[in-house]
Amino acid sequence: MSTGTLPDVSRDDASLRAFLHGLPGVDQVGAEARAAMLSTRSIKTTSKQWAIDTAISMIDLTTLEGADTPGKVRNLCAKARRPDPGDPTTPQVAAVCVYGDLVATAKEALGDSGVHVAAVATAFPSGRASLTVKLADTKDAVAAGADEIDMVIDRGAFLSGRYLQVFEEIVAVKQASAPAHLKVILETGELATYDNVRRAAWLAMLADADFIKTSTGKISPAATLPVLLVMLEAVRDFRASTGRQVGVKPAGGIRTSKDAIRHLVMVNETVGEEWLSPDWFRFGASTLLNDLLLQRQKLATGHYSGPDYITLD
Amino acid sequence: MPRPATSRLDVRKTYKLYVGGAFPRSESGRTYAVVDGKGSFLANAAQGSRKDARDAVVAARKAFPGWAGATAYNRGQVLYRVAEVMEGRREQFAAEVAAAEGVTARVAQSTVDTAIDRWVWYAGWTDKIAQVVGNANPVAGPYFNLSVPEPTGVVAVLAPQRSALLGLVSVVAPVLAGGSTCVVLASEDRPLPAVVLGEVLATSDVPAGVVNILTGRTAELAPWLAEHRDVNAIDLCGGDPEQAVELERSAADNIKRVLRAGEPDWTSDPGLLRLTAWLETKTVWHPMGV
Repeated sequence: MSTGTLPDVSRDDASLRAFLHGLPGVDQVGAEARAAMLSTRSIKTTSKQWAIDTAISMIDLTTLEGADTPGKVRNLCAKARRPDPGDPTTPQVAAVCVYGDLVATAKEALGDSGVHVAAVATAFPSGRASLTVKLADTKDAVAAGADEIDMVIDRGAFLSGRYLQVFEEIVAVKQASAPAHLKVILETGELATYDNVRRAAWLAMLADADFIKTSTGKISPAATLPVLLVMLEAVRDFRASTGRQVGVKPAGGIRTSKDAIRHLVMVNETVGEEWLSPDWFRFGASTLLNDLLLQRQKLATGHYSGPDYITLD
Repeated sequence: MPRPATSRLDVRKTYKLYVGGAFPRSESGRTYAVVDGKGSFLANAAQGSRKDARDAVVAARKAFPGWAGATAYNRGQVLYRVAEVMEGRREQFAAEVAAAEGVTARVAQSTVDTAIDRWVWYAGWTDKIAQVVGNANPVAGPYFNLSVPEPTGVVAVLAPQRSALLGLVSVVAPVLAGGSTCVVLASEDRPLPAVVLGEVLATSDVPAGVVNILTGRTAELAPWLAEHRDVNAIDLCGGDPEQAVELERSAADNIKRVLRAGEPDWTSDPGLLRLTAWLETKTVWHPMGV
């Protein structure tokens, strides 16, 4: 446990509950107003160029469909390495995110490019399986070479107040996933309130998550700006009290460059520049990359581009 | 406009763009004053920006698969429906045309009638053009070889500057008849009939995004559309002849279909020029012999 200066809040269910329910409540109207206000910021010219390149380098290029094939994953990996074959200055994405059984395929296709392979595990997306199955799922993906594991929390247990069970599951998965990085998906669309989002974020960080992630992308609403704000405040406060920095990954529903830039503005204004790197902030997305590439081509050439000039997947 | 005897407030209309089936203001917030033939104020119209043009292209692209995939028969019904709805608003169109073009009420009325007839004319062509420009090609074997017309895609249209309604209908209807979608830059000084046409299109079964109408400065917006990689063709009809050279050069750079600048006599038989301009020919072998 690396809860730093925090008292040992996870020693039993009662103290964990007392701690999580002792967190200050979220001002819903205030959070939504702040998110709306920050999203009106206008980012232009060189700042926009920087933001687009940074956003590309933060993408976890994702395919999580039942119909995924090794061929599709290889295509995605090729795109991850060279998002815009016509422009070698385009940065690589951060990672490719796939189901566990396709990790080996992705690993082979990515080779030594430096692009990570992230695997979703623990009975993604519902999380409805026994701990044994979840751990086996995780170990499987790590054994196949996954650099990062995206796990889902048991929302049923969380919503019925069995916080210690959720906590212990995350701890167990964290051990099983070493040396891979662990991202914990809160599935905020199912948590009902911002207070719950704040509690779940703290719970995951107390259990040693390396990243907290908004959503699986299978539930709507997925990543929204107010939810991101709450999570960013949680990682900021967590670092202030423990000294440990935790990354944040919004996922699902971020499709346009404008959206992505709004997220970056929010990061900069809430937790500061230290989080503005692929080590601490990621986008879980698939179609977002295409829009970023179109905007990038627009900035480079001065004219609007179209889908005929990028690879569609 | 004279005030009515009762002290009723004037209900002044604020004209907007027509993009993706909605009527947004210009993203830029700009407007410009529209005056009639004698120079007196008619209304303010939205002055579209390059970002409005970009959004319009996105809307047109999104609408393209549905419109191109509709049966030719169905497209004909929709175009005929436009004529029906315009027929119900003849008086309004006649007044708009008279104000915009500075013509007499009689001329305006006859212009509106011709414009309505033009929709009917193109509505009739939708399911007949394939028989005229398509073919069952003779080949040296027991196979079918068919050439069929297919819509070009998203067409940018610089509407005629002088003929604000009839000219506009004469350049927009053939795009729709062939199954393409369009982004139209309305006549710069006479945009109001175009905006009213937008209101007709919005209520007459034409799917959202199939026609997008921008008002504003043609010379400002045309280069963005000519350079746009996701626009497949451009009709330079109402473009400035001096700027047209530059626009054609930009369009050639991304292999657009181009119709050159210049306004014909809109009252004469339109022929098939504008209809076939926005069609591609696809030739396929039928893989099985008979």
